[in-house]
Amino acid sequence: MTQAPPAIRLEGLGLSYAGSPVFEGLDFTFPAGTFSVLLGPSGVGKTSLLRSIALLDRPTAGRVVADDAMSLAGRVAWMGQQDLLLPWARVIDNVTMGARLRGAPIARDRAEALLRRVGLGDRLEALPSELSGGMRQRVALARTLYEDRPVVLMDEPFSALDSVTRARMQDLAADMLRDRTVVLITHDPLEACRLGQVILLLAGSPARLSPVPTPDGATPRPADDPGVLRGQGHLMRRLLDGIAA
Amino acid sequence: MTARRVVARTVRPLVTLAGLAALWWGIARLGGVPPYLLPSPDAVMRTMWMQRGLLADAAGTTLLETVLGLGLGMLGGAALALAMTASGVVRRWMMPLVLFSQAVPVFALAPLLVLWFGFGIASKVVMAVLVIFFPITSSFFDGLRRTPPDWLDLARTMGAAPWRVLVYVRLPAALPAFGSGLRVATAIAPIGAVVGEWVGASSGLGFLMQTANTRFETDLMFAALLVLATMTVLLWWGVDRLLARLLYWVPDSVVD
Repeated sequence: MTQAPPAIRLEGLGLSYAGSPVFEGLDFTFPAGTFSVLLGPSGVGKTSLLRSIALLDRPTAGRVVADDAMSLAGRVAWMGQQDLLLPWARVIDNVTMGARLRGAPIARDRAEALLRRVGLGDRLEALPSELSGGMRQRVALARTLYEDRPVVLMDEPFSALDSVTRARMQDLAADMLRDRTVVLITHDPLEACRLGQVILLLAGSPARLSPVPTPDGATPRPADDPGVLRGQGHLMRRLLDGIAA
Repeated sequence: MTARRVVARTVRPLVTLAGLAALWWGIARLGGVPPYLLPSPDAVMRTMWMQRGLLADAAGTTLLETVLGLGLGMLGGAALALAMTASGVVRRWMMPLVLFSQAVPVFALAPLLVLWFGFGIASKVVMAVLVIFFPITSSFFDGLRRTPPDWLDLARTMGAAPWRVLVYVRLPAALPAFGSGLRVATAIAPIGAVVGEWVGASSGLGFLMQTANTRFETDLMFAALLVLATMTVLLWWGVDRLLARLLYWVPDSVVD
C-alpha cells in the first residue's frame, strides 16, 4: 500500500430517492485501517450508502470526507455483488483491467503474485466462464487488491456463494485486506460477526446507523466461536425486531 | 456430436430440397404450366450446366459487389455507431439521418444511383452499402448503449478515461450485437447488389436475370436465381462460422 489508509467520515449524510428519504442525517466515522461491516435488511439503503462513499452517487444532503482532508477520488477500490469479470478477457487480464483502463503500465508480476495468493496461480490464462463461482470471486478479490487502494468498499461480495466457499472467501478477505480501511456490506449476521472489527446496523425508515457490540478475538473469527454465535443470534434478533417494527 | 446427429443435420436440408424440387417438378410437368412460365427443375439444371461459364462470370461480379458493399458498410456503420456513442452531438444529428436512410426505399433510389455512379460495380456497391448500413449501425449502437452499468461503475472507481472505457469495455461488450447485425447484413447485401444490376448494368446475376426475363429464357432466369440463393447461403454460413470463432466467449446455446 502506497498511502496510509484514512478514516472516512459521514457528515449529516442524506439521500432521497423519488422524493422520499432513504436515509438522512447520518453521522459516523469509519475508523482508519479497520474492517467495518455494515449490516441491514435488503432495500434499506446499504448499497446507496456505499455508492455515496465511492463517489458513484451524489448524496442529497451532507458529505463524505476522508479525515486526512484529501479527496477520496482515486483512493477507493470497489468490489460488487457480482464478480464483474469481463467474459472475453483472461483471468490475468481481468486482474490488471484497472491499469489498462488508466493507461498505466501493467505489473504482470504483481498480478500473478496476487493470483497465486488467492490460489489461482495455475489459472492465469483461463476465461471466466471456465471457473466456478468461488474462483471467479477470488479473481475479483485479486483485481480489487491489484488496485492497491487504501480504502476498499465491498457490496455483499460473497452473497452468491455457498456457505463453505463463503467462509473461505471471508478468511481470505480478512487476511488480505488487513490494515486497509474496509467497509463491507452484508445481510448475513454470521459474516458480520466473523469479519467485523466494527459492526454497524442500518435499519428503519428513514434508516439510522447504530453500532453494535463486536465479538472478542482477532478476525477472521472462527464460525463456531461462542462469541461469534452469540453475536450472530443477537444481530438476527435485532434484524427481526427491526423488520417487525 | 454423434454420427447420427451429423447425418440427420446433413440429410434434413437435402430432404427439404428434394421435396421442394419434387413439388416444383410436379407442378411444371403435370400441372400443365407452359415451360416459359415455369420450367421444370431438370430443364433448369441442364441450363445451369450449359451456361456455367456465363453464370460463373455473373456470380463473380455479384459476389465482388456484395463483399465490397459488406466491407464498406460494416466499416462505415461501425464507425458511425462508435461516433454516436462517443459524442452526443453526432448522435443527435446523425440518428434522424440513419433512420431516414432506412425509410427511403433503396429500390426507388436505384435508378438515381446508376445515373450518378455509372453502370459499373460502383453503383451496386453503394446500393449494398445503403441496404446494410441500417442493420449494422443500429444493432452495434444498441449494443454499445447497453453496457451493464455495474461494469461502468467499476471502471469509474478505477479512474478510467472515457475513451478507454469505450475501447476496453463498451466495444467488446457490444460485439455480439454487432455480430447479429452483420449476420442480417450478410443475408440482405446481395439484394442491394442485384437490384442495382437489375436497373442498369453490363454484368452480374441481376443483369443476367433481367436480360433472360426479357427474352423469355425463364430456365436461365431460374438458374441465375438458384446460383444467387446458393451464393447467399454460403456467404452467410461463412460469416456465421467466422463470427462464432471471433466471439469465442459468447455462449452459443442453439448449436446442435
